[in-house]
Amino acid sequence: MRQRWMGLAVLVGLALLVSPVAPTWGQNRGNAMTVTFKDDISTLDPAIGYDWQNWSIIKSIFDGLMDYEPGTTTLVPHLAESFTVSPDGKTYTFKLRRGVKFHNGREVTAADVRYSLERTLNPKTQSPGAGFFGDIAGVKEFTDGKAKEVSGVKIPDKYTVVFTLSKANAAFLHIMALNFAYVVPKEEIEKAGADFGHKPVGSGAYKVKEWVLGQRLVLVRNSDYFIKGRPYLDEIVFQVGVEPNVAFLKLQRGEVDILGDGVPPAEFTKVMNDTKLRTLVAVGDQLQTGYVTINTQVKPFTDVRVRRALNMAVDKQRIIRIINNRAVPAVQVLPPLMPGYDKEYKGYVFDVVQAKKLLAEAGYPNGFSTVLYANNTDPNPRIAQAIQQDLAAIGVKAELKTLAQSTVIEAGGTKGQAPLVWSGGMAWIADYPDPNDFYWPILSCSSLSQGTWNWAWYCNPRVEKMVEEADAMVQSNQAAARDAKYREIYRLVMQDAPWIPIFHEKRYTMHTARMGGPPGLFNDPIHIPVHYTEVRLVQ
Amino acid sequence: MGGYLIRRLAQSVVILLGVTVITFALLYALPADPARMIAGRSATADTVARIRSELGLDQSLPVQYARYLGRLLRGNLGRSYAQKIEVTDLLRSRLAATFWLMLGGIAFELLIGLPAGMLSALRRRSAVDSSVMLGAFLGVSAPQFVVGLFLLYWLAYRWGLFPLGGYGTPAHVILPAFALGIAGGGWYARVMRSAMLDVINQDYVRTARAKGLSEPRVILRHAVRNALLPVVSMVGLDIGTFMGGVVVVESVFSWPGIGQLAWQAIQIVDIPVIMGVVVVSALAIVTGNLLADLAYPWLDPKIRYG
Repeated sequence: MRQRWMGLAVLVGLALLVSPVAPTWGQNRGNAMTVTFKDDISTLDPAIGYDWQNWSIIKSIFDGLMDYEPGTTTLVPHLAESFTVSPDGKTYTFKLRRGVKFHNGREVTAADVRYSLERTLNPKTQSPGAGFFGDIAGVKEFTDGKAKEVSGVKIPDKYTVVFTLSKANAAFLHIMALNFAYVVPKEEIEKAGADFGHKPVGSGAYKVKEWVLGQRLVLVRNSDYFIKGRPYLDEIVFQVGVEPNVAFLKLQRGEVDILGDGVPPAEFTKVMNDTKLRTLVAVGDQLQTGYVTINTQVKPFTDVRVRRALNMAVDKQRIIRIINNRAVPAVQVLPPLMPGYDKEYKGYVFDVVQAKKLLAEAGYPNGFSTVLYANNTDPNPRIAQAIQQDLAAIGVKAELKTLAQSTVIEAGGTKGQAPLVWSGGMAWIADYPDPNDFYWPILSCSSLSQGTWNWAWYCNPRVEKMVEEADAMVQSNQAAARDAKYREIYRLVMQDAPWIPIFHEKRYTMHTARMGGPPGLFNDPIHIPVHYTEVRLVQ
Repeated sequence: MGGYLIRRLAQSVVILLGVTVITFALLYALPADPARMIAGRSATADTVARIRSELGLDQSLPVQYARYLGRLLRGNLGRSYAQKIEVTDLLRSRLAATFWLMLGGIAFELLIGLPAGMLSALRRRSAVDSSVMLGAFLGVSAPQFVVGLFLLYWLAYRWGLFPLGGYGTPAHVILPAFALGIAGGGWYARVMRSAMLDVINQDYVRTARAKGLSEPRVILRHAVRNALLPVVSMVGLDIGTFMGGVVVVESVFSWPGIGQLAWQAIQIVDIPVIMGVVVVSALAIVTGNLLADLAYPWLDPKIRYG
């Protein structure tokens, strides 16, 4: 063993040699903030970026016509100075702010808005967001290559853009706030070509200063930003490839400010019970529901009584304990932050006796066998096991298939394949804070084809018609009535029981004490993990 | 020698081809559709189909492979599905880090393993021998993730001797290299021990002693040099495996190497990146082995390639 200790002695000796010259490993950051991520940052092209990590970074480099009040889901005009909606809800007219400049110094004009949207819609761009704009007139002709421009987008003058829709859509302003509609300068795209996502030029609060692949992305303040006094920080450094447990140590040492991937699960209880660390964690809601889809086209789930029985069989409190109480139980499709959330609705109460009775009525007094798919990353297998045990208690023997994310997504989207799917870890996060975002992609008849995200293969034409009616209620004075309609819609959906809603996850953002600003910025429903333009240092 | 080299190079090419064929077939056998992953949740079936044909995924597997190979031979590894950037750029950005960690890791393996193995052999069946072998066993079997976090916690977080992971200065490389050295050093110690035991009983060692050479000289010049042969082939192997990326150590220490890239790519089925990493690591392993084989005659004049 002596040799071993000699090795260690050499090591310590080396370290002592190095440490006097070594910097304090980055504690002096001035007016800058450091965020850590485990995974690399992928493209920052607003037409293409579509993961929770690059979504908010793109928002700090580019701008759209619409945006949200920081920390809320309230829409506000952004690059637009004002807008009007025609009485039939089919024409939206935006007046642009004057004097807003791209990072290259050129003014943002109406032509840029149109160019950017057509670029997203162009099949060559391969934008994952093109499908959001299907309600704009002439989009289909454009994407099919039958028209050179989108007929539903007109620019009568340099500062005016008019959108004509083929069908009213109350979520249209939200869609105009999506990154996919953000404004990009044509000349820079032509210059960078396919690499625009790594050399982004926008009009936003920050510009890219340095990007070292696999190591860090550094954003620097855009001093010409059109909102005076923003952003607060001079620089944001994103360190990538940082293991969450190590990031947690770095934060305690004051080397980094925000844990991009959150508090590591193994440390969570310790942090929340520690009076000092607890103060560094901002707790808030997010637009998320964790659910089990029940395939309504697979026997015996074709019988609504069986689906309801399953809804009564699952003990949600116990599942929430598995994830250290980082969630609240869900009884419905929409999360509490979403307009249209139904505070009165109680859903299916946990009741094993009643569940068994329903199963017997449906002709399965002794239960049956089925398969439950789940993602294989922690804590999802443990959650799936808990669900499996609960189902066993009413005689339903569910075989577990815990697989890689892409495999589960493929199984869910294949007709007749996956009877039950646990949605956790499937990259499902709301695109925009409108109740129709939880309907069209994951519960609608129109989404039903190979590769759908409607893994319940649910289709109720009556509900679909009501959603269409609700989406035609576009005027701001109809908002309350529309919310009421959505409450009714989602009650009907739950009567059909295509899902077992399990929980709504809460968000826990850990940051150093030097970070300040209103607490809502650390749990912004749109910006994850924090609102980069608005956060600031404590004065 | 020349003929041998040509044969070995030809073998290497066949191995590399085989590796690409198998990996390619495995990746495309996965029940995951890359086009759908790119298209996202709101995409229509049309969009997915369009992306699929754009990427050539609607072709048969042999055609896709032939196209891939054709591009590969021209040095084109394709573009990352997720990061939308040339795979060669991604790999290039990580080669330097991988190289330094490889050097550091092998240095620590030798630094730990060789003295331990020699000591163990010279003090055979003593308490020293058994404790060294126990240490080697622990080093080999300890999970690298745990060892890494342990080192980071004590040496970096508590005592502040090293940075908490990352890349950039020589100080950054010591801990991850040491973590690699602990595991690999255990293997080296065992191999070195048995090689030494072999050599010590050889005639030429007895002859050296009989010539009246001092014991250290006998051990260092005659025994160790011959015992190093199997170690050299292990180093050759390690050059290959480490250049192909060490996933766990790189992840724990935030080391921007090839292993980290591979791990991220695997999780999201970013096929061009996975293929790129496989090609690079296969190339590294083949090269490492070749280097080891070429080093033999230099160490042991008895070995000759004809």
